[in-house]
Amino acid sequence: MTSVITNRVAKIKFGILSPDEIRKMSVTAIVTANVFDTDGAPIDGGVMDTRMGSIEPGEVCPLCGNKRDSCVGHFGHLELAKPVIHVAFAKHILAYLKATCSNCGRVKVPEDEREDLLKLLKDLEELKLNYLKKRLHEYIRRRASTTTTCPHCGQPTLEYKLEKPHTFFIKTETGFRKVTPSEVRKHLEKIPDDDVRLLGGDPQDARPEWMVLTVLPIPPRQVRPSVILETGMRSEDDLTHKLVDVVRTNIRVREHVESGAPEQIIEDEWELLQYHVTTYFDNEVSGIPPARHRAGKYLKGVAQRLKGKEGRFRGNLRGKRVDYSARTVISPDPNLSINEVGVPEEVAKKLTVPERVTPWNIEFLRRLVLNGPDKWPGANHIIRPDGRKINLKYVDRKAAAESLEPGFIVERHLLDGDIVLFNRQPSLHRISVMAHIVRVLPYKTFRLNLLVCPPYNADFDGDEMNLHVPQSEEARAEVRVLMLVEKHILTPRYGGPIIGGLQDYISGAYLLTSKSTLLTKEGVARLLAPTGYRGPLPEPAILKPREYWTGKQLISLFLPRDFNYRKTSTIGKASVLRCIDEDCPHDSIIIIKNGVLLEGVIDKSSIGREEPENIVHWLIKEYGENVAREFMDRVYKMFIATCEMYGLTMSYDHLAIREEVKKAIYDIIEEKKSEVNELIKLYREGRLIPRPGKTLEETLEDEIINAMSKKLLDEVADVLTQHLSLTNPVVVMARTGARGNPVNLAQMSGLLAQQTVRGKRLSRGYEGRMLPHFKPMDLSAGARGFVARGFVDGLDPLEFFFHTAAGREGLIDTAVRTSQSGYMQRRLINALQDLVVNYDGSVRATSGEIVQLLYGEDGVDPTKSDHGKSVNVDRIIEKYLKG
Amino acid sequence: MSDAESKLEEILSNVRPYLTPQLYDELSEKLRDAIKKHKLTLEDAEKIAWEAVERYRKALVEPGEAVGTITAQSLGEPSTQMTLRVFHYAGVREYNITLGLPRLIEIVDARKRPETPITEIYLSEDIKRNPEKAVELARRIELTLVENVAREINIRLGMGIVEVELDPEMLSNKGVTVEQVVEALEKLEIGSVEISGENPYKVIITLSDEYLDPSKTVKVRTMISQAYIKGIKGIKKTIIQRRGDEYVIIAEGSNLEEVMRVPGVDWRRVYTNDVHEIELVLGIEAARSAIIKEIYNVLSDQGLDVDIRHIMLLADMMTWTGHVRQIGRMGIAGEKPSVLAKATFETTIQKLVEGAVMGEEDPMVGVTENIILGQLPPVGTGVVKIFMNLLATRPKEGEGG
Repeated sequence: MTSVITNRVAKIKFGILSPDEIRKMSVTAIVTANVFDTDGAPIDGGVMDTRMGSIEPGEVCPLCGNKRDSCVGHFGHLELAKPVIHVAFAKHILAYLKATCSNCGRVKVPEDEREDLLKLLKDLEELKLNYLKKRLHEYIRRRASTTTTCPHCGQPTLEYKLEKPHTFFIKTETGFRKVTPSEVRKHLEKIPDDDVRLLGGDPQDARPEWMVLTVLPIPPRQVRPSVILETGMRSEDDLTHKLVDVVRTNIRVREHVESGAPEQIIEDEWELLQYHVTTYFDNEVSGIPPARHRAGKYLKGVAQRLKGKEGRFRGNLRGKRVDYSARTVISPDPNLSINEVGVPEEVAKKLTVPERVTPWNIEFLRRLVLNGPDKWPGANHIIRPDGRKINLKYVDRKAAAESLEPGFIVERHLLDGDIVLFNRQPSLHRISVMAHIVRVLPYKTFRLNLLVCPPYNADFDGDEMNLHVPQSEEARAEVRVLMLVEKHILTPRYGGPIIGGLQDYISGAYLLTSKSTLLTKEGVARLLAPTGYRGPLPEPAILKPREYWTGKQLISLFLPRDFNYRKTSTIGKASVLRCIDEDCPHDSIIIIKNGVLLEGVIDKSSIGREEPENIVHWLIKEYGENVAREFMDRVYKMFIATCEMYGLTMSYDHLAIREEVKKAIYDIIEEKKSEVNELIKLYREGRLIPRPGKTLEETLEDEIINAMSKKLLDEVADVLTQHLSLTNPVVVMARTGARGNPVNLAQMSGLLAQQTVRGKRLSRGYEGRMLPHFKPMDLSAGARGFVARGFVDGLDPLEFFFHTAAGREGLIDTAVRTSQSGYMQRRLINALQDLVVNYDGSVRATSGEIVQLLYGEDGVDPTKSDHGKSVNVDRIIEKYLKG
Repeated sequence: MSDAESKLEEILSNVRPYLTPQLYDELSEKLRDAIKKHKLTLEDAEKIAWEAVERYRKALVEPGEAVGTITAQSLGEPSTQMTLRVFHYAGVREYNITLGLPRLIEIVDARKRPETPITEIYLSEDIKRNPEKAVELARRIELTLVENVAREINIRLGMGIVEVELDPEMLSNKGVTVEQVVEALEKLEIGSVEISGENPYKVIITLSDEYLDPSKTVKVRTMISQAYIKGIKGIKKTIIQRRGDEYVIIAEGSNLEEVMRVPGVDWRRVYTNDVHEIELVLGIEAARSAIIKEIYNVLSDQGLDVDIRHIMLLADMMTWTGHVRQIGRMGIAGEKPSVLAKATFETTIQKLVEGAVMGEEDPMVGVTENIILGQLPPVGTGVVKIFMNLLATRPKEGEGG
């Protein structure tokens, strides 16, 4: 049995390695720039010294005696002939130099004040007021840096200057004199411990002089493994290359110093050493040329390994690669429950679940083991209690099955009923990852119920999704309780259901529940079959001449007996069909009393996705997720069946309009065109009155756009709606909220109207005109992107061109927006992720600071709220008034 | 009746300690209503009251809920659906206001100055229904410079004069007299100013010698065009709008402190969309409210439905230290206690080096740090610190377990 992990890393201390420490942890000094001898074996004392860790297969570490996979690697060190500045610290070195006296090394603050500050600092530290501590350090630093004579020794202080990236200068009477790293280090050494503390440093773990390197730690070989190319050639890591450069120049500097070479030569070599050490740490430092490969590619320094999206931090530490995952194309399957996911057999054979053998499942697991890895349902591995893993591909499976005993672990194939995580990128919110129950199915795609498309924002035009199998009992339990799809029908974003019907579900619901739908017994049976309904049929609504049932009766079969509901339907939102009281001729008010749908058509407002206060919402609030899921799994299938029975389709004929309607629309267009011409005439004659704050041209453009786009489309839509009735499937879709809107209709049957880019009429292109087909300065509608035809009639080439121009803008808009909002969300997450509700109801950052005394001022979880309200008092009262 | 009244009173006072004040008020009002209109019995009223308590309790957040992350997602996810179009007409057609995603980013960044500052100036009781008074006040507030009323400024160095030709229409529009312009120009002290004899709308400045230098013409021109006549600095354009039965001045630009001082302005209701300015003038609580209001407006303008609690949490996170902090490395993300958390966000190397130089300690309490080390972060089910003693539950002997 695995034990609970109780040891945690409680704290991490940051600091700078001292030369002593580097020597202490080193296993060897690097003395030669040669790496391999003629046989290709690593040379002792070179940068690939075998003592720094074993990395070849079969190689045994001469120090720890471990093989490649268990040797952790060991540091070496290089004694630098002359000290060099560590680039990353240059800024901080300068701060120390400026704030302290170059003569005595003390912080340039008078003695008495210094005592007070030290005391204050200690107090702040005790009170853990880190923010104020930082401010105090800044204050001291600023004060000390502006003092020109040392209050301790009375000497005038030297003025330091840093020339990026790492050269220091001192101001003299004649100009600036270069300071060597040795001199810098000498100054830093002089700073007493307490003074280091005053400036925000830590004399124990980060003495300032350690920022100037005298010993360079050489990282283990594991950090910079070499690659053997196909040709048998050995290719070294960038860091190794850089280290060789450092060692080589270091040896040269030492030789020059020992042989007493001229000052200038030593200086030049020293400078080169500094360059190599700098680019070893960071090869993107501004001000110096980055080191390159022979091929001209930039080398990667230590900093480059850590930085950025694919760097160690964001690429490997915060985001990790995982096993037990799968990815493939998704396709829809309305017959699955919303809680389920269809997994291809092929995938199910690769993904495994570790199952411990017990007396109760031993027979079952034996059968799986016998089936082996290639036959589903089977098993891929057996893990024996001693930890040995047996791959069932290469053993006698019969014997393996026999050997199974309680305590063994079998890595069996994924089976129906297992729980897995399902995810689609971009994972913008928590419902981008939900838990589903596995259903192993034939073919090669993941299958999911259409109702869960909205939270994933998925469609089936080639989308792929990922699947993960939790491997521990604890993980599976958490996943089942917290992440199952039915637990996420309600979203915390606004406290309403995000999972719900879309497109055909809504059209189907409307068709089923509209007054004109009467179903024969056969029809009822066909609709109820997919729902799995087993109860008796209700009394038919019409008995003579034949028995007929209404769609509303069928819906009522699935509603709890004491369920009450009332809402205006989406079709009732159009002004023509709006009703106020219960006697609605358009059937646009949904009334459910005691579990019976009395009146009203079901459409987007009552079963749609992202529709707060729909039927599913109240079902969850009053009967729990299970009832709601059940409702979705059964009733929604009936909607689809209705579509199939009705034969919901859409064709050219549904959009083509009669000649006289066309004429009416044409008249409206002509009228608008002449309006525009009138405006242009007024403008040309200078009689147009500009709007306040606008120029004449802007006013004209505003007026024209106003007339030619929204207003025109609305008018055309009005004309069209008079001639298109709810018997037209296109209108059904638009009105019920299934897909499209009246403006889309007008654009198909009528005209596309004015095309705009950035809210203006199309005008760019040639001078004074958009295309050479127009006269320059032609301001008329046709020359500035007005499209007088719809998709049914087809666009002429010029109109088509206008349309593409406006369409392109939309594409660019989306492309730009995703990157902007993605970055904003990353920052939001980073700023807020540590906030947690505590047991006292307060919201705190994890280090204890209180951000809110009571979450959201009433302590209510938005997910459990009624669209933001903590308690819906009306609904409780309603309940008691009815009963 | 009074008997029933006191009974209801008693029922309500029993549940009061368990509800928020707002919820209590709603409940008592609706119960009274239902008793009066629908003959609700007192027994039922009591049941309803207790059911409300029950439902309220059920709706409470669970301890450990990672509300921060939920907030970030609830605001971030819908922002992908926002339109990017920077300029939209809002209400008055004459104004451009930054809306949508750019505005949201602007608020979250806590920029010192919004791209399009707008002030809404409500008027005091006595003049708010009087359109003439409103126009008069608007003129007084609107910053008017010489360039706003001048048609042409001609510098004639040869003659040592500057001719400023004024636009009579603009003068009357802004309510400025020629004398006021003369006065404003005199204050510049660049020469003597007089109204031209032949044209009452032409002002002639005879430059003093030091300004005759040809290299200074540009400077002289800007001095004249920028000469202050009247109004409040920062308030560029004003529009009078009718809201209900009163008139409101909508001003482009923002200078809260000065506007609030103007007599005739209802300083209690003056509003600006400049959060930073609100913080300076009215304090941090006002800034918090302003952030909530502004974000809420941006989202509802786009027809996006986001719970107000998320916006409140974001605003609280930005303001709880007592000053407005931006989301990002210069604000909240940069002031975290953890070196690792700071390093994973932007400027990785700098943050690591800083941590080293200061000898910082990472307390390992945040989410990021613990993820990095592969430990359970202290959020959600990770806050639970009670473990089952597995040895105690293990069966004494025999199989199973």
